[in-house]
Amino acid sequence: MSDVSQPAAHPPVIDWVNDFDHTDPQWTEDPFPIWEELRAASPVVHTERFLGCYMPTTYEAVREIANDTEHFSSRRIIVRDIRPEITSRNVAPPITSDPPVHKPAKQLLLPPFTPDAMKKLEPRMRAICNELIDGFIADSKVDAAARYSKYIPVQAIAHMLGIPESDSDLFINWIHMILELGIKDENKLLQAVQEMSAYFMAHIEERRSKPTDDLISYLMNAKDKEGQPLEESHVLGSLRLLLIAGIDTTWSAIGSSLWHLARTPADRERLIAEPGRIPTAVEELLRAYAPVTMAREVVKETTISGCPVKAGNMVLLSFPAANRDPKMFPDADKVVIDRRENRHAAFGLGIHRCVGSNLARMEMQVALEEWLKRIPDFRLDPAGTVTWSQGTVRGPRQLPFLLGKAM
Amino acid sequence: MAERLRVHVDPDKCQGHARCKALAPELFELDEYGNAHEAGDGTIPPGLEDKAWLAKSNCPEIAIDVIEE
Repeated sequence: MSDVSQPAAHPPVIDWVNDFDHTDPQWTEDPFPIWEELRAASPVVHTERFLGCYMPTTYEAVREIANDTEHFSSRRIIVRDIRPEITSRNVAPPITSDPPVHKPAKQLLLPPFTPDAMKKLEPRMRAICNELIDGFIADSKVDAAARYSKYIPVQAIAHMLGIPESDSDLFINWIHMILELGIKDENKLLQAVQEMSAYFMAHIEERRSKPTDDLISYLMNAKDKEGQPLEESHVLGSLRLLLIAGIDTTWSAIGSSLWHLARTPADRERLIAEPGRIPTAVEELLRAYAPVTMAREVVKETTISGCPVKAGNMVLLSFPAANRDPKMFPDADKVVIDRRENRHAAFGLGIHRCVGSNLARMEMQVALEEWLKRIPDFRLDPAGTVTWSQGTVRGPRQLPFLLGKAM
Repeated sequence: MAERLRVHVDPDKCQGHARCKALAPELFELDEYGNAHEAGDGTIPPGLEDKAWLAKSNCPEIAIDVIEE
């Protein structure tokens, strides 16, 4: 359909320190040794790719940037091959907002996502997990990403937004187009954004005559700080954000956690014997396999951890790399499921802390509890292949497991 | 020997990660936005010192202080 040329393939990376590329297959497969190499070279590294991009490699440098909204803007939050113009059609407040407009936009979204609000959602989550497990528990093997972790967050956020859980595959496809294909292909991203907007517009229209108690109605009824209803573009942007941010992030975190437990029988047995440890273990799994890497755009020249950064470049703000910094976390590369001191940055730091962090934590805890209760024995299927997503969110996309005790 | 131990949340630093409330529900409260503040005047009852320490050492924003008075 398109007259726009196909996105250029990226040449393979040879020099990681000066020419890194977070879409390189080597990074997708196993980024941890790469981050170590980059960190050893400098607290901030640079690549000419993506029209110029920095990456802080230490926890301290990540924290510094996350807290510096004067020099670093959130108007672009994904490092991509191109930098399209910012319009009301591609914003997703509050994640793409800078101060001072950020705070009121964020405050609108916070009340429905408090820990108490999440407690009310927990029974539905347990039911969702068990319905999914019912679908494959009788089998000897399962793709735990495709049949389990993938559908938990999508059904939860659909439930909160008041849109049909049965449309899950539609949402998953949009997220794939935006967060993975969209890095290199503008058309895919725009197509998905337009389809999402049209989808939500239809729901907004429906609620005008039939108001509901879901998040769509909540945003339609919300008032800005002048007491006026939100602009339609704001409502749509926030709805797109909730759908995009709520799905493959937690899907990835649950998948990585199951991947870890499949490969680490000692941790699995401990959590089965002592389920009370699951919340602490979830924090460590979030630290070790933090799925989300956000971006910032340098808007004013400054210095980070002694390294000069120039305006016009993007920043790959890797919370996962911060979480592996041995200066911050002893044995940073080891998963210690009862780690006591764990100020991990999986949900970001500073004003853009993930709105859905309480939801994600609840989903992860429930997903692991219900899985371990019903499927205590599982392991990676040596005949299958684990594959990982590319780019902004990292998690297993294929997770072939054998169920039951090893023969 | 300190007379009294007290927790305090710096409201300018807190971003509502809610780790403190999860780890030490007796010592912290959340407002309607999910941002934390100390319960009451923040006094740590005997026996809850470890929970206060845990909350402090798990706050991603380093917003919590344990103060000896």
